[in-house]
Parts: sequence; C-alpha cells; structure tokens
Amino acid sequence: MSAAIEAPERAIWLAAARDLRLGFRSRAELIQALVFLVLVVSLFPLAIGPESAILKRVAAGVVWVAALLSVLLTLPRLFSADHADGTLEQLVLSPYPLPLIAAGKILAHWLMAGLPLSVIAPLLGLQFGLAGEELVVLTVSLMLGTPILSMIGAIGAALTLGVRGGSILMALLVLPLYIPVLIFGAGAVEQVMASIDYSANLSLLGAGLLFGALASPFAVATALRISLD
Amino acid sequence: MNLYKYAAPATFYPLAASLWPWFAGIAAVLAMAGLYMGFFVAPTDFQQGEVYRVIFIHVPAAWMGMFIYLVMAGYGVMALAFNTRLSAMMMQALAPTGAMFTALALWTGALWGKPTWGTYWVWDARMTSTLILLFLYIGFMALNNAIEDRRRADKASALLAIVGSINIPIIYFSVKWWNTLHQGMSVSPTSESKMASIMLWAMLTMTLACWMYSIAVALVRVRAIIAEREAGADWLQGSKL
Amino acid sequence: MNWAEFFSMGGRGFYVWGSFGVFALAIVIEVVLLRQRVRRAAAGSGEGQS
Repeated sequence: MSAAIEAPERAIWLAAARDLRLGFRSRAELIQALVFLVLVVSLFPLAIGPESAILKRVAAGVVWVAALLSVLLTLPRLFSADHADGTLEQLVLSPYPLPLIAAGKILAHWLMAGLPLSVIAPLLGLQFGLAGEELVVLTVSLMLGTPILSMIGAIGAALTLGVRGGSILMALLVLPLYIPVLIFGAGAVEQVMASIDYSANLSLLGAGLLFGALASPFAVATALRISLD
Repeated sequence: MNLYKYAAPATFYPLAASLWPWFAGIAAVLAMAGLYMGFFVAPTDFQQGEVYRVIFIHVPAAWMGMFIYLVMAGYGVMALAFNTRLSAMMMQALAPTGAMFTALALWTGALWGKPTWGTYWVWDARMTSTLILLFLYIGFMALNNAIEDRRRADKASALLAIVGSINIPIIYFSVKWWNTLHQGMSVSPTSESKMASIMLWAMLTMTLACWMYSIAVALVRVRAIIAEREAGADWLQGSKL
Repeated sequence: MNWAEFFSMGGRGFYVWGSFGVFALAIVIEVVLLRQRVRRAAAGSGEGQS
C-alpha cells in the first residue's frame, strides 16, 4: 500500500482481502464463534423444556439473540490485533481513504462472522421445529441483518479500542443499538409462522443495510481517528 | 456581540454561576404552581380516580429523558464539528440528569401501571423504548468514564451520542412495530381520549419546571467539570465557586 | 377535602406518593451529590492538582 493511489476504491478490497487472509490463518476462532452459537441455542431447550410447541414459538427469538451474542463476541477481532501491532495507525495514515478501509474491514468481518452464522442457522431452526419457508425467511433475515450488526459493532469496537474493560463496555454500547435489527429480523420469522406477509420486515432490514453501508464507514473512520489521536 | 466568546470555559464559568440561580428559582416557582394545579385544581379523573395524578410527573420525566438525549446529541455535533471543549462538557453535565429523568419515567410508569392495568410492568411500546433509552444513557456515561484521556473521551462520547440519537427514532419505530405485531398492550399512559385542559396545563407547567431544573443542574455540573479539568489554570485561581 | 382524604388518594396513596416521593428523593439526591462534587472540585482547583 505505498506509491500514489490511482484507484482509492480499491481500499475496500485490499482491506477486506487482508483481513480475510489473517482471519483464515486463525480459523479456530471462526469455528469457535459458530460452536458458541450452537451451544447457546442448545441451552434453551435444556432451560425451558423440550416441548416442541414452546420451542417452535421461541425459535426465531432464540436464534436471533444467539446470533447477536455470537457477533458481539467476534467484534474485538475487528481492530484489536491491528491496534496491538501498530498496523492500525499506519492504516489511518495511509493514502487510502479511511472510510473505505473501514468498509473493507466490516465486509471481512461479516464474511467471517455473519455469513457462516446465517448459513448454519437453518440447522438450528430445524432443531426447534421450523420448516420450509420459515427456515428460508430465518436465513434471509440473518443475511440482511448480520451485516448491520457488523457495521454498528465496528463503531463500538473502534470507540472502545484499548479502553480498560473494553469488551463488556462494548456490549453495553452496542446491544441497545442492535435492538431494531433484532425486532425486524426475528419479527420476519414470527410473521411467516403466523402466515402474515413478512416482506415489510425484510424491506426494513434491507433499508437499514443500505443506510448502514453508506453511513457506518464514516462513523467508524471518525471513531478510529478519535481513538488513535 | 460575539457569542463564540462564551464557548470558552473561562468565560462560561462565571456566566454559568450568575445564570443558574435564576433557572433554579423559576423551576421552583413552576413546580409549586404545577403541583398546586395538579393536586388541588385538576379534578379527579372519572375513569382512573386519583391515580392519574402520577401523569404530572410521569410525562414530564419521560419527555425530559428523551429531550435531554437529543440536546446531548446536538452538543455532540458541535463538539465534533467545531472542536469546542465546552459542548463536550455540557454533554457530560446533562447525561446524569437525563438518565435520572428516564429512570423516574420508568419508576412512575410502573407505579401507575399497577393500579391501572394490574401489573407493574407491561412490554408496551413506550415503556420498552424508555428502557432502551436508559441503556443508551448508561452506555454514554460508561464510555465517558472508561476513557482516561479527556480529549478522547469527549470526542468518543460525542460520536456515541450522535449515533445513539440517529438510532432513537429507529428504536421507537421498531418497538412500536414490534408492539403492534404482538397485539400487546395498546393502552398507554398518555393516550387519554380527552384530557381536561387544566390537566394539560398542570402537566406542561411541570414539564417546564423539569426543564428549568435540568438547565440549572447542568450549569452547576458543568462548572464542577470545568473546575475539575482546568484545575491549576490561572484564571480559575482567582475565582471562587 | 380533608388532609387524610388527600393523602389516601382514593385508596391509591401508595402509588401516587410512591411516584412523587421517589421523584422528589431523586432530585434531592442529585442536588446533594452535585454539591459534594462542586466542593471537591473547588478544593481540587485551589490546590492546583488534576
């Protein structure tokens, strides 16, 4: 990343490719986040009993809350390693626009956290008695919603960079902001289960995704500058 | 007149000292007037009986909780855009009061809910969004406390307040959406079909009293914050609190 | 209306006074804490420490 830059938009792909490469080097962490998801979801039948009617009723909420927590756990990965070895400071000073670098990092985070989670979610849905269209809507809602979780989470991760007690603080900052995503995501599945038109919920998630994609890189870049200043 | 002059802590410090007693005084007068109207002039509600009088503090508390967060976000924009330390200090001066009003809105709402709906807590849209608002306040104060470097804490909390305030309408909308989806309690404290105008006036007077109180408290607190931070600055040595 | 009637609030005194009482208490606590903070800040700034 030296020399004059002809195509600044390449920063997205460069940053994303770099994070993906580093991420796959520590595959174990990626898999652990998924195991965590499955584990949390499996706790619920043990806690509230195996009656399939009740489990089906809470399925969407359980999977969505577990997805929220799983994404939350992976957020420190976004910046902390780069912060520790000084790479982040270099990225901030690099000739590439920082919001685009931030966008690339968010994209990589989603590809490694939100996407695999959305892919295995139907299996969890099956365990809770969801079927057919319900599973499809669950997956689609997670696919649309988890990128927003990465975006909001990146702001929280950037703000709490290197702060003592950072991870619990980040949860405190980020979880309230996750609530609308949870409501629309889990709501879509609830609606398909009640045979109501669920397209509005998915559209709202899509709108959130677009707005987040436009706004969050700038917020993350500002937060990084504040934290590294 | 140059208003920017007052953005400097050194000029604002004595100004706040001379202003806050006025706001505190107005708040006290309005509170007494509001309480008198609320308890002695406003008639008993024909549906709810006397319990409805909680409205005279519940609604002002809920409004102030909401309003103060938006004011904080406004100061956050100023803090980030113009790099003024005073606006960041004002945010930090307002946050505890805003959190207090939000918590009081929940508390009074619960105590009102019990006799009115038979339960202390309903997951009704307003109560739920007020609870989330309280979480936003707690997050703001926690972030501000956790960061040692004041300059960074100022800017980080400013950004958080802005992000939070963008989210507030989305949160309110989503919670309302969620509430209608689940056909939950649609009754809500403020949806009285017809409120006698004296009740409305008492409520508005109390709201204004809370507003003036918030300004007075914020002015005093911002003075304390300035004194804490500028400890040792030359201009502070001569002045007394 | 006599005072006993006023305080009973139609049998709902607990809820009404529980609301108003805690509200007043919260404001008193905030003011007291704020006074302490102002005093501490004043003491701190006099000694020239941060």
